[in-house]
Amino acid sequence: MSAPTVTRSRDAAPRTSSKPRRSATGRKSHATRWLLAITSIFTGLVVLLPIIWMVFTAFKPEADIVTYPPTLWPRELTVEHFVEVWERIPFARLYLNTIIFAGGVTLISLLFDSMAAYALARIPFKGRGIVFVLILLLLMLPFQVTLIPLYDMLSGMGLTNTLPGLIIPRMTNAFGIFFLTQFFLSLPKDLEEAARMDGASEWRIYWGIIMPLARPALLTLGLFHFQYNWNDLLWPLVMSSSVETSTLPAGLALFMGQHVVEYGLLMAGSLLALLPVVIFFLLIQRSFVAGIATTGLK
Amino acid sequence: MTSTSVAPAPPTVAAPVHRRRLRANGRRTMTAWLFLLPALIILLAFTLYPMGQAVYLSLTDYNLIRSAEWVGLANYEELMQDPAFWNAFGNTVLYALVVTPVTVVFALLFALMLNQRFAGRAFSRTAIFLPFIVSLGIIAIAWAFLLDPNIGLLSYWLSLIGIAPEQGWLTDPRYAMAAVMIVGVWKNVGFYMVIYLAGLQSIPVDMYEAARLDGAGPWQRFRSITLPLLSNQTLLVSVLALIATLQAFDQIWVMTRGGPFFRTETLVMLIYREGFQELRFGYASAISFVLLVFVFILSMIQFGFLRRKQVTY
Repeated sequence: MSAPTVTRSRDAAPRTSSKPRRSATGRKSHATRWLLAITSIFTGLVVLLPIIWMVFTAFKPEADIVTYPPTLWPRELTVEHFVEVWERIPFARLYLNTIIFAGGVTLISLLFDSMAAYALARIPFKGRGIVFVLILLLLMLPFQVTLIPLYDMLSGMGLTNTLPGLIIPRMTNAFGIFFLTQFFLSLPKDLEEAARMDGASEWRIYWGIIMPLARPALLTLGLFHFQYNWNDLLWPLVMSSSVETSTLPAGLALFMGQHVVEYGLLMAGSLLALLPVVIFFLLIQRSFVAGIATTGLK
Repeated sequence: MTSTSVAPAPPTVAAPVHRRRLRANGRRTMTAWLFLLPALIILLAFTLYPMGQAVYLSLTDYNLIRSAEWVGLANYEELMQDPAFWNAFGNTVLYALVVTPVTVVFALLFALMLNQRFAGRAFSRTAIFLPFIVSLGIIAIAWAFLLDPNIGLLSYWLSLIGIAPEQGWLTDPRYAMAAVMIVGVWKNVGFYMVIYLAGLQSIPVDMYEAARLDGAGPWQRFRSITLPLLSNQTLLVSVLALIATLQAFDQIWVMTRGGPFFRTETLVMLIYREGFQELRFGYASAISFVLLVFVFILSMIQFGFLRRKQVTY
């Protein structure tokens, strides 16, 4: 890449592509660019269709939803489903459960994953190789294989149908450790040398130097952990037998199994259930792409 | 962080340096293990131990109420003759064989398209990525409604252009699998696209300039520069996609519950049904173990195959 291009792109509005403008689009005709824009926006809308439809349906009166032929656009708008969903489904309970489960798992596992990754990436010690191989092996293990013994074990401890039972086995994660180890390895070696010379403890170096630098990677992994647990269906389905002790995906799926007919209600509930993850993503979107680009996922 | 060593007086003149380094090494190892401790305890207790337990349970007859009874390989023998197992196995393989390549190809196509600069790019990137972060367990409810033969919008639109299975998309044995496959691709394609985008942005532009000067056309540039330099991403994406497809559960459970006539029942669904609905934990564990071996072998083959073609730069 030539020097002038770099300067220009730094001056311009932030852009994700590192290609110089000239080679990316300069030679393309207006027609090509229009075609690209139309194709990609159309693709985006097609991909979004289920979500867009969900939004419109949540605001449609029940009679409108079951009218034939169906339409995307509501003929009439109502918010009754959003009001009703809190009464008909133990929705507040489900919401709270999901926040505690996904939020708790995310925070605790970010701490434990990053501590383990710090040891693996920044401290040369005996046994490092063995631990790393163990992590890599666990990375390949499908979660479903441990499902039955795990359920059995937690049921023996009386933890089924409880939030700790949902959270505890997820408090760390082989993928998270691997992901952060890769990121920590990419940081320059002399970073903490000065601090170590001055006698700073490893904890101080980890917490005060490495962790602030790892912000994009932590946010990216945080989104992975949060969305994975917020969305998980199988684990809460196995661990809780009633709607009250469940999370949103399992609770709504169970509700759908019992009362298939109330589409508007279900769509309003579903929409409210999807919202936090979408907001989380939109908030950290920029860090997210940076996190992917700079860590082990390349 | 925590050090328990209290320095004893060095006995000789030559020894201190050596001993001090030893002591420093020991302290560092100790600190490292303390950092690893919480993660290791949880991984050992809730992943590694249950895994061993799964192997043991697969050799027993166990229903959670009475204690496990050793039956040797009986579960595996039964498995080999169980049409439900072979059906689920076949469905899983079919699902993985279709969904993995389709997802990878679309991810690459979308990445190539969205690596260009034009108005609306940011919208399309976000739109295509969004399904990855929403819950399949929840959004599959919307998919099921969209495909409903009586009131489904998508069913209606498709019927307008002449595609309408008589019994509805999710209840017709010929189309149900295709429907859950489409949702599977739809869900993950955006995530793999982002990985490809990160890869595309790390390819030096000079290479394209040089190739262009040598008279290489767009297809040639793609074949000889883009594709080889993306082999790292292709390796990662296909391994991730394959492993994900072998574990398909959410959208299938919500959309079809494995039906019609078990046409969409995958191995994970069978584990759930045998284990948590029929309470045959030993038998379900045997199925999990087969899944584990299957995932392991496939990742290894794929890893070896793609590793050879990999290019480093």
